[in-house]
Amino acid sequence: MLFGKTGEENLVVRGARVIDPAEGVDALLDVRVDAGVVAQLGTNLETNEHRVIDGEGLVLAPAFVDPHVHLRTPGREDEETIATGSAAAAAGGYCAILAMPNTEPVVDSAPVLGSLTEAAQTDAEVPVGFLAAITKGQEGAELTEMAELGDAGAAGFTDDGRPVVAPGLMRRALQYSSVTGRRLALHCEEPTLSKGGQMHEGAVSAELGFAGYPSVAESLMVARDLALAGYERRPLHLMHMSARESVEALSRAQVGGVAATGEVTPHHLCLTDEAVRSLDSNVKMNPPLRAEEDRQALIAGLRDGTIAAVATDHAPHARHEKEVPFEAAPFGVTGLETAFPALYTHLVEPGLLKLETVLERMSTGPARAYGLDAPRIAVGAPANLVLLDLNASRRVAESDFRSRSANSWLLGETVKGQVRLTVAAGRVAYEG
Amino acid sequence: MAEIRVMREDLLPPKEPPRRHLISIGDLEREDVERLLATARSFERSLERELKKLPTLRGKTVVNVFYESSTRTSSSFELAAKRLSADTMSIKAAGSSVDKGESLKDTALTLGAYDPDVIVIRHPQIGAPQLVARFTGAHVVNAGDGKHQHPTQALLDLYTIQEELGRIEGLHVAIVGDVLHSRVARSNIQALALMGARVTLVGPPPLIPRGIEAMGCEVAYEIDAIKAADVVYVLRMQRERMAEGANYVPSLREYTARWGVTAERLRPGQKVMHPGPMNRGVEIDGAVADAADALIERQVRSGLVVRMAVLYDLLTHGPAGVQAGALHEIGAA
Repeated sequence: MLFGKTGEENLVVRGARVIDPAEGVDALLDVRVDAGVVAQLGTNLETNEHRVIDGEGLVLAPAFVDPHVHLRTPGREDEETIATGSAAAAAGGYCAILAMPNTEPVVDSAPVLGSLTEAAQTDAEVPVGFLAAITKGQEGAELTEMAELGDAGAAGFTDDGRPVVAPGLMRRALQYSSVTGRRLALHCEEPTLSKGGQMHEGAVSAELGFAGYPSVAESLMVARDLALAGYERRPLHLMHMSARESVEALSRAQVGGVAATGEVTPHHLCLTDEAVRSLDSNVKMNPPLRAEEDRQALIAGLRDGTIAAVATDHAPHARHEKEVPFEAAPFGVTGLETAFPALYTHLVEPGLLKLETVLERMSTGPARAYGLDAPRIAVGAPANLVLLDLNASRRVAESDFRSRSANSWLLGETVKGQVRLTVAAGRVAYEG
Repeated sequence: MAEIRVMREDLLPPKEPPRRHLISIGDLEREDVERLLATARSFERSLERELKKLPTLRGKTVVNVFYESSTRTSSSFELAAKRLSADTMSIKAAGSSVDKGESLKDTALTLGAYDPDVIVIRHPQIGAPQLVARFTGAHVVNAGDGKHQHPTQALLDLYTIQEELGRIEGLHVAIVGDVLHSRVARSNIQALALMGARVTLVGPPPLIPRGIEAMGCEVAYEIDAIKAADVVYVLRMQRERMAEGANYVPSLREYTARWGVTAERLRPGQKVMHPGPMNRGVEIDGAVADAADALIERQVRSGLVVRMAVLYDLLTHGPAGVQAGALHEIGAA
């Protein structure tokens, strides 16, 4: 289900603090990789003439998995390509990313999907999985040929960017997708409630005059989809959760036995609708930044595991499309290259989340949500490693991005936590 | 004690530089508003003279860019600039390069190339004035951006209230109608709260934005609530908002029956204001608009001197600065 460059690197990372929450590891260790596979963990390991990387003072963790990326290919290669988006992912510490199908044309047929998986084999700096659409053209009318798409390597199905509006169609999608063994991932938005909405509905939208996109536009659809998933006994994945009520509904459904997972973005974890007062189009996204109580509920949901995954919803946009008044700007911000430092700076350092929690939710959590092999630091596992310098700060600057777009909400901000090395599928994909 | 304070102030660095732009009432402090209203008053006195033109802004250029139709705001800015002897140029979106799809950024860069001193902009989208400010060196005056702000309207309303009622602080103002879609309401709520007035919003629930109380106002849904106010500020009921299927209110007829401002719903002596253009017989009864207690024409006259004051304030270093002579010249002590 993942397509991209792989490698058979030989290397030893010496003296790093190795943290793999899923494996229960947190110790100062050397890690040896032979031919792209983790071969040994221990102290004072033989280097076997491997390349040695000094990990002293650094953290070595399973590399990250981003379940929500827009690579804009095909159709908007001016904004991102498989090569630039996957290079950005490598720089952000990711060893795997999942690309959304809302491209031009939409990834709704095996030939379109096939062209992407083929290109990724040669272009992708880290392995990429491609989700296919739930409905043809993402128009919410007819199901795609999911079985064939599954055979062609679709990593899951989503109409991301749009909800599946009709409940009857949503139910059929849940039923039929079982033949593929892949997850449905849902963008939950009730369109008559969010219509025209530019930002979260609340005191800030009231003051600024923006049409509101209320929390209930999301949570109503979340509740509907969880009810359908429970009724059909099918798993589903809730994308970019933003509202407190959505987290509560997911938690209730999980307690009731629904196999539902959820993801949340760094920007929803770090910012609130107060940020929109700047009228900066780089804080305009769908779903919108919400109130502080929503942010706190998302953090709590991530902490207690209700929300399994951090997803960037990396959404590159051309500069000229964002250099317009807020209301005219498209929704979306980039995130691949800033996700870890954003979370480390805004949540770990102030003590809101433990480092281990962030590492788990950026790696094991998202992999499991999509049924992918989770990156592990264990003997015999493919080398998917990220080496992090928690003490290094940098000012986020446009010129540093490997992404083809720079619509980041962090531009100009100084963040802590730098990726020094990314090993993806046994290959050194990034060194910084 | 007072003398000591003066001495201490002398030791402080000069007061804040003048505001670069006027984009939102939220950017202003109470002293800024007081200074602007005082400047407007001195201009009003100067307009009573036979020769209405002042040389104050001779050689300065004011560009008006209107992306939305406007009669009173655009004419008032143009006349304000002319009365101060500035060169003016007015650009309307229709028939310009905007029609050919030019972006606001490029329009701003183009206008900026002429080095205008002030760009006055009205635009249907929130944030357009900030964008123009970002891409030009001119002082930017927001003449209305989407549903966000219309700061000179609020200033002229404050000026009108101050002149007609003698004060603003402690007054109770009811703002009636479609608050949801009104930049005039947003600027006025902020401005009135800043100056110490009490504000009550009155209208049908779908047209009162959720959470707006945080701006420092009260909300009532019954029209009877206007009776307690000193000033009833009637908002324009925009017919285009009542498009089929929008369902903010079932019909204009029902809106008027329930929330229209009529003589029966007012108490004698209450002042009535409206930013214009009015829909007589919809949000305001014709007799109310024409009554002696209506300040609607006064608002238009205030608009001219307040906009002169805004241009003057942005382009000079305030009353204490290098242009102090100009104020003296027009009769302000």
